[in-house]
Amino acid sequence: MTAPYILPRLNSENRFFWTSGEDGQLRFLKCDACEGFVHPPRPICPFCWSEALTPAAVPGTGVIASCTVNYQKWRPGLDEPYVIARVAIDGAPGVFFTTNIVGGPPEEVSIDDPVKVVFEQQQDVWLPFFEKVA
Amino acid sequence: MAVTDSYITGVGQSEVGIRLKRDPLLLTVDAIKEALDDAGLTLADIDGISTYPGKTSQPPGFSPVGAEELIDALHMKVRWYTGAGEYMAQLGAVIGAAGAVGTGRARHVICFRTVYEAGAIANPVDYPQARGDGKADGMMQWMLPYNAMSAANWVAQYASIHMHKYGLKREQLAQIALTDRANGLLNPRALVREALTLDQYMESRMITSPLCLNDCDRFTDCSTVLIVSSKEGLADVKSTPVRIANSAFASERFSWDQQERMSSYTTGAELWRNTDYKPKDVDTVQFYDGFSFLALSWFEALGFCGLGEGGEFISNGRIALDGELPFNTFGGQIAGGRLHGFGFAHEAVTQLRGQGGARQIKGDPKVAVATSGGGPMAAALLLARD
Repeated sequence: MTAPYILPRLNSENRFFWTSGEDGQLRFLKCDACEGFVHPPRPICPFCWSEALTPAAVPGTGVIASCTVNYQKWRPGLDEPYVIARVAIDGAPGVFFTTNIVGGPPEEVSIDDPVKVVFEQQQDVWLPFFEKVA
Repeated sequence: MAVTDSYITGVGQSEVGIRLKRDPLLLTVDAIKEALDDAGLTLADIDGISTYPGKTSQPPGFSPVGAEELIDALHMKVRWYTGAGEYMAQLGAVIGAAGAVGTGRARHVICFRTVYEAGAIANPVDYPQARGDGKADGMMQWMLPYNAMSAANWVAQYASIHMHKYGLKREQLAQIALTDRANGLLNPRALVREALTLDQYMESRMITSPLCLNDCDRFTDCSTVLIVSSKEGLADVKSTPVRIANSAFASERFSWDQQERMSSYTTGAELWRNTDYKPKDVDTVQFYDGFSFLALSWFEALGFCGLGEGGEFISNGRIALDGELPFNTFGGQIAGGRLHGFGFAHEAVTQLRGQGGARQIKGDPKVAVATSGGGPMAAALLLARD
């Protein structure tokens, strides 16, 4: 897209997530005690109330749970159409991640498609995008 | 848990339009005057105010009038008020008011929702768009980096599941907009008073698949008022009261993307707890349709049909003005204007009192459901004329 990205503002809670791609790994916050995944990141596990949470690498693959092709130019410079999808993250049960499906024609993207992460660095952030697994 | 009786005793609405010149506080006063006249009350009878989401400068015109400003502008003497964004969706303001009269904090509460998003675009001097630093915080950090800019994109996710998993067709989803637009022709206050054909719908510009332009409401300037009164307060009013037989809110995750289904489903199931009423008792439904799929979800959520059956349910004339379950008889938000939730309760009261004029449904309607929202937050009211 030619429009500048609207990047997340980094803070102590989200920095690990948005910089995780620096070493090519996708990470989500995981409870040390019950191994449940906590997303978005928060300082407590909703399942067991443990406060011991650690970013854990996941395989970086997933399945498209839902998707839409956006045709509306919400702001100048958007290269529409583009796909917005909710990806069910492999290895992190219950976690969905809203992202763009890149690297192919939008009309060929469908629910249930397997996808894998590709990172794009923008300033201090590594944005996780996903592309279809060939 | 018993429901303490509370009633909607007055309804009012300002002019509905786009780029109205009238100050939104004055639009609010217009709606208040109409509601007071309707109820047979004066401002001195009002001792509570409830509004959603309270005054905010951003997005411009989204909520330009708050409870505190109104109290001071009219020198109102109130014993209870609320105006908050962290609240149970738009019609949660009515649920809050019902609680206030039930606990004796107030006798007559003015509930209002004032929107001025079209007027704000036309007047950027008075309604400036905040210039941020281009970074996203909070919930928006999970959406904006991917240019998932609008609730249209977020609702479309759930619509896409219905298309893929349950075979929902665009021709079926179209029935929401087609019914809205047909009913809007009969509502003198409707924003869009122009018929829509299925062909026009199918050919209209796609916004975010499967939602096309005709699946979306549009910025509107308007104020809508509902007066909620206690049982004791009925002694003061001259109108036909409509009882708030039950209300509902239920959320499991406050999130646009972490839920398998939108909160309309949990809220819909909640409405039938603590009540003997059943879906079959309902004479008309007024469902939030800021995006058409939200309305479709409410038919399923409230058990008028099963999960995934909404497309077929609305497709055979059943929800038309002369059908077995008349829907959005004022045109909803798609034709009636983006009144942002309050229009549905306003219309439910109008129909239950037989005051719908050219759009009045047949028979002797006694029970209606009005809803608002449907994404991370959703509210529903079960309204009855005794």
